[in-house]
Amino acid sequence: MAVSFTAAEQLARRHRFQWWETLPWIAALAAFFAFPNYLAFATQVLITILFALSLDLVLGYAGIVTLGHAAFFGAGAYTVGMLASHFGWTEPLSGLLAAALVAGVVGLVSGLVLLRTHGLALLMLTLCTMTLLEQAANMGAAWTGGFDGIPGLSFGKILGLFSFDVLYFRTQYLYVLTVLLICFLVVRMLVYSSFGQSLTGVRENLLRMHAVGAPVRIRLVIAYAISAALAGVAGGLFTQATGFVNLAVLGLERAAGVLIVLILGGYGRLYGAFVGAVAYMVLEHFLAKAYPTAWQLGIGVVLVLVALYARNGIPGLAETLRGKRRSAP
Amino acid sequence: MDLITILLGGLASGMVLFIVSVGLSVTMGLMGFVNLAHGGFAMLGGYVIALSMQHWGLPFGWALLLGFVAVAALSVVLERFFYSRLYRATELDQVLFTIGLVFVMTAAVTLGIGPNSQSVVLPDWLKGQTDLGFIQYRSYSLALIAAGTLLVLALWLGFERTRFGATIRAAVDSRRMASSLGVDVGRLFTVTFAIGSGLAAVGGGLGAEILGLDPNYPLRYLVYFLIVVSVGGLGRVTGVFFAALLIGVLDFVLKIYFPKGGTIFIYALTLVLLLARPQGLFGKKGG
Amino acid sequence: MTASAAAPALETRGLCKNFGALEVSREVNFRLERGARHALIGPNGAGKTTFINLLTGVLLPSRGDIFLDGEDVTSLAQAKRVKRGIARTFQINQLFRGLTVLENVCIAVAERLGVGGSMLRPAGRHADVIAEAMRLIEMVRLGADAGRRVVELPYGRQRLVEIAIALGLNPRVLLLDEPAAGIPSAESHILLDAIATLPKDIAVLIIEHDMDLVFRFAERITVLVSGAIFAEGTPAEIAANGDVRSVYLGTALDG
Repeated sequence: MAVSFTAAEQLARRHRFQWWETLPWIAALAAFFAFPNYLAFATQVLITILFALSLDLVLGYAGIVTLGHAAFFGAGAYTVGMLASHFGWTEPLSGLLAAALVAGVVGLVSGLVLLRTHGLALLMLTLCTMTLLEQAANMGAAWTGGFDGIPGLSFGKILGLFSFDVLYFRTQYLYVLTVLLICFLVVRMLVYSSFGQSLTGVRENLLRMHAVGAPVRIRLVIAYAISAALAGVAGGLFTQATGFVNLAVLGLERAAGVLIVLILGGYGRLYGAFVGAVAYMVLEHFLAKAYPTAWQLGIGVVLVLVALYARNGIPGLAETLRGKRRSAP
Repeated sequence: MDLITILLGGLASGMVLFIVSVGLSVTMGLMGFVNLAHGGFAMLGGYVIALSMQHWGLPFGWALLLGFVAVAALSVVLERFFYSRLYRATELDQVLFTIGLVFVMTAAVTLGIGPNSQSVVLPDWLKGQTDLGFIQYRSYSLALIAAGTLLVLALWLGFERTRFGATIRAAVDSRRMASSLGVDVGRLFTVTFAIGSGLAAVGGGLGAEILGLDPNYPLRYLVYFLIVVSVGGLGRVTGVFFAALLIGVLDFVLKIYFPKGGTIFIYALTLVLLLARPQGLFGKKGG
Repeated sequence: MTASAAAPALETRGLCKNFGALEVSREVNFRLERGARHALIGPNGAGKTTFINLLTGVLLPSRGDIFLDGEDVTSLAQAKRVKRGIARTFQINQLFRGLTVLENVCIAVAERLGVGGSMLRPAGRHADVIAEAMRLIEMVRLGADAGRRVVELPYGRQRLVEIAIALGLNPRVLLLDEPAAGIPSAESHILLDAIATLPKDIAVLIIEHDMDLVFRFAERITVLVSGAIFAEGTPAEIAANGDVRSVYLGTALDG
């Protein structure tokens, strides 16, 4: 029974690190040296990767379609911003922890309440929750700075040693890269665990998951809360790296943007967030500023094409093409 | 402002929401398809109406008709070539497609016509005020209320009294059963989609004074249309009617008394409502 | 062996289910003994799958009670009933199509062993889960396909994955909803063998239209017509029952 032994062995080794998994990190480090004048932009790319990773956990693995994930990004961003601005709390690492905690709690509460529904109702509720937070931030101007947000924030030294590099963003980049690495390892662990398998099960066949006795709702709520916490970390990093926070962190534009990133890169594949974020933000950087309307048109066309033909993003499209070539006579 | 004035103003807003959203509710209830691009049809219709009046001097009524027909025709093309391929697709793919479509529509209008807002010039008989006896009120708003009421009555009659309407109701309740009874479900979808989009087009033109008309219209009002449809219950014309009026009045009142972020109440209310009844106020349970 | 003192594996008393005015299940008093090989037959629309859905908790009854090993499970949710020992297969395969056979069964076994929610250890490190899953896969003779994705398997073999998953839950009661449905007759022997090798202590209830399978498998048969029990007995009794023949079996046995 040599074949079946291989199947079990394959499963037993699936979580082991592959050699090519080091490539994105090597590339990220190389970028540090290769693009010293673009580190502010590169830092934003890393933050977007983290945000997209958090969305992948709920969308790609658990199959929860949400248009409101920016609610958690914004919760984390504003937590860091308000702590710094109103309480003088500028220690970066503890600020991040606070961001994760607040966003995680928001995710837990909203998950408990929202995940009782599914389909359109759930989509609506995620949108409503995010817009609700956006309106609340708009109203609570005394705390949140309202429409203008909280500008001009500065933060203390990381671990008491590394101060933020306002000119070249060197510290920020390495700081965000390190946090991204840690968070990525957390997500990777979750995805390869039994918990992650059960999320995939929920996505693949909800009825079956119920029929094997899995506590589906609890699993989804936990995944949602963890994802929210991670999105909150991304938001906190955003405020720390850029030195300001405003309503845009809670807007439909940011929520749709991260969804597009994940779609481009391929969801349900850990590294999809990397591919998508780099592709989207680089393209956006060069095209959107110059030709905003054409950019919108292009994104629209890409989304339509992806929905119709390339269900798994750019990597999926590549796979489909490769498959077609193999089967052609 | 006294109560009547506020009520009339809110009702007028609500009627516009109704006229635009009723098509969305029926097609979503019928096809189970998340069509986030519905507002785009309203916008395109509004543009056809506004521009045909501006550039060709078309009278108001004819412009509305043109808007209905043009957008309905466009929607048939889109439905046959694109939407129909996604009926069995995942919710995510439907969301992606329709968001992409909205982007394309918005960008196309910006590129083709320009980013500025358009206005629909009202005919003389709609300008000014009408004397209702107990109050003098804007004729336009009263006409909107009348139009919306007529529409809901016509739709109700259509659904309850015609065979076509009965077919739609049956298919909304159970697509599988309808098709096993010999209904050509594909053609039903196309016709319903066309009518719904056409109505949205008329709503976009009629409501241009209240909701505005610019390339960002579909995205700006996306959440509101979805709220009206979800709260009303998918496929329930009466449900959409009352939900639209409710949201219209609430929005109107909140914008007057709490101009800064008062609309938060609408989102909170929707949250509470949908949690208590995910199928909406009038929807079918387990849908 | 009739252990009359011991509770039956599964029992319903006065079970009713209405959808509005439509009565789909009517006063069903049903007993499934331990270790039983019991078949439930009846014409289309008799309410057989509804009955299974009621037993497993997919549907809640309008009236009546359900007992699993003597315990009242009437108000328990689906997942909780699974934990108490009921497992089912579906009439149309409900599998994780994008995952491999092994992954499919592992998910079920992991839930049963209580490690389905474990976050810190990679799924691959749960050697006990994998070993047990492989054992079940071998039991239904799918060993060679363990590493293949379900969607790549022929429908008949997918059916076996259904059974392996159900077994992975270590049930006391196993409900098979038309296990032969969709299997070309050339492959049906695979299914028959799998059912024949089911552990003797599990009570098995099978819904089937394939009379060949029913009469070879069942020690006891219940006939359901219009939501109510029409007749019950040994295969010989049912085959000889004139009313059953006219209502249902007539054409099947003659043809």
